[in-house]
Amino acid sequence: METIWFLLWGLLWAIYFVLDGFDLGLGTLSPFLARSEEDKKVLYHAMGPFWDGNEVWLITAGGVTFAAFPKAYAVLFSALYSPLMLILFALIIRGVALEYRGKMEAKGWREAWDLCLFLGSLVPALLFGVAFANIFRGIPIDAEGVYRGTLFTLLNPYGLLGGLLFLCLFCYHGALWLGIKATGELKARAQRYARGLWPVLLVLAVLFLAATWFSTKLYANYLQNPILFIIPLLAVLGLLATRWFLQSGAMWKAWACSAVVAAFATLFGVVGLYPNLLPSSLSPAASLTVTNASSSPLTLKIMLGVALVMVPIVLAYQIWVYYYFRHEVKPEDLAYDEGY
Amino acid sequence: MLSRLQFAAATFFHFLFVPLTLGLSILLAIMETRWAASGDQEYKRMARFWGKIFLINFALGIVTGITLEFQFGTNWARYSAYVGDIFGSLLAIEATLAFFLESTFIGVWIFTWDRLSPKAHAFVMWLIAIATNLSAYWILSANAWMQHPVGYVLRNGRAELSDFLAVITQRFAVIEFVHTVSGAYIVAGFLVMGVSAYHLLKKREVEFFTRSFRLALIFALIFSLFEVVQGHLNGGEVAKAQPSKLAAMEAHWKTQKKAPIYLLAVPRLDGSGNLIEILPIPGALSLLAYHDFNAEVKGLNDFKPEDRPPVLITFAAFKIMVGLGFLFVLLTVWGFFVRNRLLESKRYLRFMLLAIPLPYIASEAGWIVAEVGRQPWLVWGLMRTAQGVSPVDAHQVAVSLIAFVVFYGLLGITAFWLMARYAKRGPEPRAAA
Repeated sequence: METIWFLLWGLLWAIYFVLDGFDLGLGTLSPFLARSEEDKKVLYHAMGPFWDGNEVWLITAGGVTFAAFPKAYAVLFSALYSPLMLILFALIIRGVALEYRGKMEAKGWREAWDLCLFLGSLVPALLFGVAFANIFRGIPIDAEGVYRGTLFTLLNPYGLLGGLLFLCLFCYHGALWLGIKATGELKARAQRYARGLWPVLLVLAVLFLAATWFSTKLYANYLQNPILFIIPLLAVLGLLATRWFLQSGAMWKAWACSAVVAAFATLFGVVGLYPNLLPSSLSPAASLTVTNASSSPLTLKIMLGVALVMVPIVLAYQIWVYYYFRHEVKPEDLAYDEGY
Repeated sequence: MLSRLQFAAATFFHFLFVPLTLGLSILLAIMETRWAASGDQEYKRMARFWGKIFLINFALGIVTGITLEFQFGTNWARYSAYVGDIFGSLLAIEATLAFFLESTFIGVWIFTWDRLSPKAHAFVMWLIAIATNLSAYWILSANAWMQHPVGYVLRNGRAELSDFLAVITQRFAVIEFVHTVSGAYIVAGFLVMGVSAYHLLKKREVEFFTRSFRLALIFALIFSLFEVVQGHLNGGEVAKAQPSKLAAMEAHWKTQKKAPIYLLAVPRLDGSGNLIEILPIPGALSLLAYHDFNAEVKGLNDFKPEDRPPVLITFAAFKIMVGLGFLFVLLTVWGFFVRNRLLESKRYLRFMLLAIPLPYIASEAGWIVAEVGRQPWLVWGLMRTAQGVSPVDAHQVAVSLIAFVVFYGLLGITAFWLMARYAKRGPEPRAAA
């Protein structure tokens, strides 16, 4: 039961990174991609109907951590206090920027919110990477679950590499999304950016996979069960395939492949962690594992029932929303009153 | 202490926006249903106009809610580890069951005024309204569990779930939910009435705002009346489950039968009794709390000082809430009598314009009664607040606290300013609708 929940936990984070990944990336790229006011509007509209629903996956991933592994939730969130606070502030200004920018015409007002969108997207993209890389690597927690480090402990080379990888992956993912949703010059520019980002992403991914060998124990599970190597392999295949589809202009397929990269990169780390949720870098005995951090069997059972019924329903209606708004952003969308 | 302040600030702020979302979502759904049923474009204009105010408000409700969920872990780690089995699962279920629905469909709702049929669009609004209110139920049942824990066993050094149904259907949760959302509906009703009054006083869009006003009036009237009756039931529940809170709400010190309510009382700050107490109504407290003139009501003196909540704050907040509650009944009943001649009732309209902030104050006061009155307990009878905080460096908490206050202050001002701006501008001209 704990194992099922561990996998579900990993899956929720993977879905979150796939979905919010593109709009975080798009927000980060916004000052570079969007040059005119019209470009900006298209960019905002490209995430308009989706970002809110995407962000709920984060709430759910957080909520599930709380419900299924309360101790891990408590230790993890208090240990990562400062980065999480930064992420929260960033997500707040970002959400507000998306909703408020279009509410006034004044240039200063719009520019201020554009800046909020940029910072509010850049910071979480980077810090989620830093946080997860540190989880993979292990953080200094003692047997009482008290964090024995500082903010700078987290900013080690491996953590920063993880941050850059996430940032680059999200930007790439976001550029592809705009390549789908925009038209004309902006579409071409987004695709150019994607093509430019791809080699950087490839280098970072290779570096990260190599550094993981030296900095973490993630590969232990894979060496024990070589069949599991299919997970990182799928991520790598996705990375290669996305470039292929990008070249041939099949944008949806290119985007789907970069989604595969985001999902399987997350799962690669999560599966490697098992049975740890949060390894301690001080002593293995202080690590939080799926057994010593989990909720009672009854809670896990009820939650599983809810998840098995609700998650497919949620996915179904979210897919419907994506399908419904699949079209490119058109001029009449920009003139739309409730728009941006 | 810092964590407590930070959480209080974050909750206070969250709760500035949520009540309007809860109430206005239902009013919007009603307007849209009428639009769909009658084809009357005026209702569409109404829903669009009030919808804009709704959205400005909605955004802040969402982002401040995310913060709260994470703060349990960042600032209340020990509490989270202790109650996660129960409390955490309620929050997680809230997200999957309700929050997804509302957030996904709000995106659809914003962008489909011209794309979906009126019926489908109204249906989407109902989904949002129901999801929002459902969401409130899960959150409030989690809060009710802190006030009155049930369905648990103490095992492995924490509270573990033993009866899920007991947790989500306990009387305390149902009553707390009904009380809170009714208050929220009053907030929304008064906001719509107040803004309408502003335009009616200027004789702009008279037809449009008269209709809006009347719809909100009926809504607010029903819930103001209901709230008085229901609030009384709520008090009875508190009397049973949390006698020290009740005693603090009434600044009632001496355990006695035929316990009085003083029409005027001022508790001392040092917790040694009341500075002033005059005009007692003998037996009123016993009657209200237990439906019996002779019932004994336990006074604060019988609780150890370390087990008492801060009396003055709880007492003052409670009196403000109750006083305002009666004022709302008065204002809505008055409105009911002048509903057909609103334009001539200038004095009433001015009152209603000024009354916009009052239900907000009442809601926040109610929240203070519930949460401050719960002290010193974090989970009633199980865990004290001081035991629940995170082992986090105080400096970090202090810095983030200051950041929160400044940041939320700015956002709040922006949001209300923006809402006021849209409210004053009035609806789009008819031709565009």
